[in-house]
Amino acid sequence: MRHDHLITSKQLSRADIETVLDHAADIAADPSAVADRHAGTLLGLLFFEPSTRTKMSFETAMKRLGGDVVDMGSIESSSVKKGETLADTVRVIEGYADAIVLRHPKQGSATMASEFVDVPLLNAGDGAGHHPTQTLLDLYTIRENAGLDDLTIGIMGDLKYGRTVHSLAHALTNFDTRQHFVSPESLRLPREVVYDLHQQQDGTGIREHESLEDILPSLDVLYVTRIQRERFPDENEYQTVAGEYQIDVETLEAASDDLTVMHPLPRVDEIAPEIDQTDHAAYFEQAHNGVPVRMALLDLLLSDDGTAGPDGTDDTSGGDLDE
Amino acid sequence: MSNEGDNEDVDHELRVSKIRDGTVIDHVRGGQALNVLAILGIDGSKGEELSIGMNVPSDRLARKDIVKVEGRELSQDEVDVLSLIAPDATINIVRDYDVEEKHRVERPDVVEGVLSCPNAACITTGNEPVTSRFTVLEDGVRCSYCETIVREEIASLIDT
Ligand SMILES: [Zn+2]
Repeated sequence: MRHDHLITSKQLSRADIETVLDHAADIAADPSAVADRHAGTLLGLLFFEPSTRTKMSFETAMKRLGGDVVDMGSIESSSVKKGETLADTVRVIEGYADAIVLRHPKQGSATMASEFVDVPLLNAGDGAGHHPTQTLLDLYTIRENAGLDDLTIGIMGDLKYGRTVHSLAHALTNFDTRQHFVSPESLRLPREVVYDLHQQQDGTGIREHESLEDILPSLDVLYVTRIQRERFPDENEYQTVAGEYQIDVETLEAASDDLTVMHPLPRVDEIAPEIDQTDHAAYFEQAHNGVPVRMALLDLLLSDDGTAGPDGTDDTSGGDLDE
Repeated sequence: MSNEGDNEDVDHELRVSKIRDGTVIDHVRGGQALNVLAILGIDGSKGEELSIGMNVPSDRLARKDIVKVEGRELSQDEVDVLSLIAPDATINIVRDYDVEEKHRVERPDVVEGVLSCPNAACITTGNEPVTSRFTVLEDGVRCSYCETIVREEIASLIDT
């Protein structure tokens, strides 16, 4: 099946993921080979929620492929303020751009928007729902640091509202992974996500914990997310909870020397800056990987014939998003 | 076939008047009759002739509801949607006082435009030109947009 839109990591098979990651690795090795592949192509950026990093990462990726972006601009200055529906907005932008990247605060917005357009639509985050391109760059980083099979990963922090977590957890079920979810009781994985993970993997590779302590020594990867202040009505309650899900060099004494620490960024204080200097830290590398991964994805989605080789020729090993 | 409903329940059936032409929805779980009407969009305001029996004793269900709608035969789509809140229901199509057709409800794979999503953060709850769509799970329904799963209280989502 060829995917016209990328809405959720659930639509990605292991073969799809490997196609994108392999192509991203080729691009990272030789970016000049794809520098003009998409000259004249315009990517529409619709960000109904501010997200400097994701937006700049897409913008950089498109420009490095020789294309350009058209940007809706800030929400305040757009027609959205006047009450235009998302369905109308995407139908208008479809006329300007060859593909659309959408970030929107409502869950399911990307699914709905994709029903109104024929150009490829990429979900760059829909509320607490999905963030599949983040997942691809996360998987790329995990593969580079720890491999994707026989992997034990801890995912810690705000698992309830963390869309990057939901997307990543689902994608990881395609591989031989054991997933440990570490969070306060109030921020556990939504039951919808647990339902999907059990559907996908019989729940055998899935464990939920309130404390990192017991499982830390067994982890190859620790994926940390931010616990947001605004999730707690009471500042003291936030301080108490957040404090338990912060890591520093002392915390990591119990970890394997090979532990890879990741974070979708931005971080506040959940990872002490002293960890940045250690071999564990992979979060800046992770952020940088967003560009080649998004270049690979855009190249695959925007190539008419569905095949995209790093040298600009048809290259079946570069592959398309077909299974 | 000349009786409405099952023979074992015939005494209780008689508490609700017979209809000439229309639909008898029997074996609705006790207390769900009004939700059945809501899901069918029937509120009596268009002059429909309705008979409702609620919480009558039943052999199959401890207590059941019966809804009789005069002059209206339910479509298969309507019957399918009923299955969400009345999975044991039997549908009797009555013509000239005789039960002409008898169906069990069947759970559909998808219901569209019938339920509204309980998730306030769902795109379908705003003013977008989109019809609600839920996939039917073994034990609940799931919004096709935000993926919220509802297991209990499906009746409260009925879009009226
Ligand atoms: Zn919904």
